[in-house]
Amino acid sequence: MTETINGKTILTTPFTEEDIRALHVGDAVYISGDLVTGRDDVHIRVTEEGTDLPSDIRGKALMHAGPIVKGSAEDGYQMVAIGPTTSMRMEKLEYDFIRKTGARFIIGKGGMGEHTAAACREFGAVHCVLPAGNAVVTALCVEEINGVDWLDLGMPEAFWRISVRCLGPLIVSIDSSGRNLFEEKKKEYTVRKEEQLGRISRLL
Amino acid sequence: MTVEEKTKRLTDIMASFIGYTAIHLPDDIVLKLEELRDAEEDPAALSIYEMMFENMRLASELGRPSCQDTGLVQFRIECGSRFPLIHQLGDILQDAVLKATAETPLRPNAVEPFDEINTGNNTGTGAPALFWDIVPDGESCGIYTYLAGGGCSLPGHAMVLMPGDGYEGVMRFVMERITSYGLNACPPLLVGVGIAGSVETAALLSKQALLRPAGSHNPNEKAAAMEQLLEDGINAIGIGPQGLGGNSSVLGVNIEYSVRHTATIGVAVSFGCWTHRRGHIVFDSDLGFVTDTHSGFTCEQ
Repeated sequence: MTETINGKTILTTPFTEEDIRALHVGDAVYISGDLVTGRDDVHIRVTEEGTDLPSDIRGKALMHAGPIVKGSAEDGYQMVAIGPTTSMRMEKLEYDFIRKTGARFIIGKGGMGEHTAAACREFGAVHCVLPAGNAVVTALCVEEINGVDWLDLGMPEAFWRISVRCLGPLIVSIDSSGRNLFEEKKKEYTVRKEEQLGRISRLL
Repeated sequence: MTVEEKTKRLTDIMASFIGYTAIHLPDDIVLKLEELRDAEEDPAALSIYEMMFENMRLASELGRPSCQDTGLVQFRIECGSRFPLIHQLGDILQDAVLKATAETPLRPNAVEPFDEINTGNNTGTGAPALFWDIVPDGESCGIYTYLAGGGCSLPGHAMVLMPGDGYEGVMRFVMERITSYGLNACPPLLVGVGIAGSVETAALLSKQALLRPAGSHNPNEKAAAMEQLLEDGINAIGIGPQGLGGNSSVLGVNIEYSVRHTATIGVAVSFGCWTHRRGHIVFDSDLGFVTDTHSGFTCEQ
């Protein structure tokens, strides 16, 4: 479901394909609802090792993130700090991950590449950037930690299931047409880098 | 104080300082971020800066780590050879990391290669990393702390150029790394460049360069001029916060060097993310201390 509150576009889980296909590169949105964390080891387990995720994430958000969590399964968990990690590390496995799990809304830091863009196009998904290094602001958007699986991977790599309210701003970096904001930006930066190197070499 | 009492005191102060640096950014970085924010014109970049300052405020207020990736803990130690706890210092810093991990809390990030097991406490083989420098006849001990996050460690790079590549080759090496891998490493970045004869000497110097304040300059005028050229050149690329575009790109460029071999230019680059968790604390022989990075740090004993 998508609604606009105080000028903010807020998507609530479960996301439909229509919700996702309406998003475009550069849009800033917020989400509420169910989110799971999964980074390097979760991706390896699901794609290379062929293990099914412990719970279905269709219509939910996946965040490339390794939180700091206090507490225990018996006494309950509290979110201390959470924020996105470098998405590019998951690039080579993301196509298979999206195909297999039906994930539609990927949150991370920095850009991703052509495998992810292909999956976003084919399966109707997006990759969004959450400004990173803001782990306390982001932790305060977490309403509850619903549980954790695969804790054998260690705290950062485990599969955390959480509920969030108004998490954002999430800036769409790859949309479901396959447009890739960071790849476009990189081209601009490369042109300017060569201009600057030319300028500097004349000064040396 | 007995040696045991002194050991405990130094362990407690260091644990407390490590935790403090995970929560509060160093004074020079906060000032530099304010400067970049005030000069920013892009509305999207400005809203990211706003979020960053709100996060710093909340981290301090709630006493929580400002970034969830509290890194691998590294220490550069400038220890006087007559500092009373020189023999105990390695164990003290290990215990301080264990204590800070449990009490702050820090995220456990240390994974033992081959066993592929997270040790759960940020210590393990060679961790915390200790880079020693013994000061002959000195009685005091200066300790730089650095929380090396994964995101800003990923773009680190070192190689050996040929003399024909010249300083232009060094600049190209640095700028290409920034416009590719650097975008994902939480810009505005602090850029540490090491120039020496081989990869390992250059790499260590590049990390040492990150321990210098943002806005400081190498005492060698020509090296300082190159820092400025690189800083201005990279800022003109307009990478902005989070790599999404803006007026500036970096917190600064710091260069450290040693001699190079006549036939080589070893060069390395290390990056610090905007949430650059660096600290510096100096102890006298009675364990009185001063810190020039975190004016708000106090430690009740």
